[in-house]
Amino acid sequence: MNDYAGLLAPQQAERLERLLAERERATGAQVVIAVFRSLEGESLEDFSIRLAEQWRIGRKDLDDGVIVLVFLAERRVRLEVGYGLEPVIPDAVAGRIIAERVAPRFREGRYAEGLEAAATAVYDRIASGGAAGERGARGAPAATTLAVLLVVGVIVGAVVISQLGAARRRGYTAAHGGWYAPRDVYRGGSMWGGGFGGGGFRGGGFRGGGGFSGGGGRFGGGGASGSW
Amino acid sequence: MGRAALIVLVVLVVLAVALGGWIISVNNQLVRLEQSVNGTWAQVQNVYQRRADLIPNLVETVKGFAAQERTVLEEVTRARASASGVQLTPEALNDPKALERFQAVQNQLSGALSRLLVTVERYPELKSNQNFLALQTQLEGTENRIAVERRRYNEAVREYNTRLRLFPASLVAGLVGFQPKAFFEAAPGAAEPPKVKF
Repeated sequence: MNDYAGLLAPQQAERLERLLAERERATGAQVVIAVFRSLEGESLEDFSIRLAEQWRIGRKDLDDGVIVLVFLAERRVRLEVGYGLEPVIPDAVAGRIIAERVAPRFREGRYAEGLEAAATAVYDRIASGGAAGERGARGAPAATTLAVLLVVGVIVGAVVISQLGAARRRGYTAAHGGWYAPRDVYRGGSMWGGGFGGGGFRGGGFRGGGGFSGGGGRFGGGGASGSW
Repeated sequence: MGRAALIVLVVLVVLAVALGGWIISVNNQLVRLEQSVNGTWAQVQNVYQRRADLIPNLVETVKGFAAQERTVLEEVTRARASASGVQLTPEALNDPKALERFQAVQNQLSGALSRLLVTVERYPELKSNQNFLALQTQLEGTENRIAVERRRYNEAVREYNTRLRLFPASLVAGLVGFQPKAFFEAAPGAAEPPKVKF
């Protein structure tokens, strides 16, 4: 959860981070949210893929990362989907998630709910291997979905136990409304070559031991954009 | 044999081995970079194919609402057929003309798609049809993927070409037979993929 625009209140940001961390632990896939004040004249898709290549969300070789980007000034949202998740979250589905789950809430100013809806929809699809998650996020999941989740849960339980050490290392930190950047972004100095000017990813490291770091996942430009 | 002659012999052998080692190392670097070029090229063809695969569905959907727009629909179908006809093997990448032809045929398809999407503007039921909207999202996604994979291909080619031209590696390259690869050029006017936002 990277809120560079100070959009969310600290409790909302924390709640989102907990949700993201929990579901990452459950499925292994990494979903990251990044809220920016403005695109500052760049192309949305260009920016998005460069960010994805820099952050490398998702696990290496599984490429199971998703980035949810929000640009407040331009009122645009994008779901950037990693190679590995393209079958599970095809472009059309990503487009629908934005149009049906995110945009309506954003239009009402309910940003935290919109982001939560996006994260939930994405993870629901991941958890069910692409079968569920588009409809009835509120309602009780269908019996089959539940059964599938149960099986997945058992398998994942074993994985989680072996991953506990790693998960803690990859823990999230709370957004404080300041300017934060994932640690990887900072290596080698300024990333965009001054493109962001004053607003860019400024210094200030991380609180806490675990920083945020991508797992080396790769992206191919899949996903969808939308606006509200 | 005199001591001096022995020393000279040893030095020559050492030099020969060092030279051989260096030649092998340059060769291997170039091989690796060339593989990278071939790999990214395969990706480029993949995503162009993906676009071609979307088209029949798109044409059918549009026909469902706007069958009278026969010219545009036929144009797209024809352009797709010609585009699918031009496949480049990795060897062809050494030839800028071959790549130009490939690009030209894909640009033709891009143009036809643009025109089709502009035509669709006149049909509100089509524009708001769920099927069409899904296809439109997929098309945009594919165009994005095309842009990404082309960029990666160009980067791989740049690295390869640079390593090729640096002296003294260029001597090795000439010896073994490595040739520079062609880039994707951004054609004037066709630089923007058909992005249609309703």
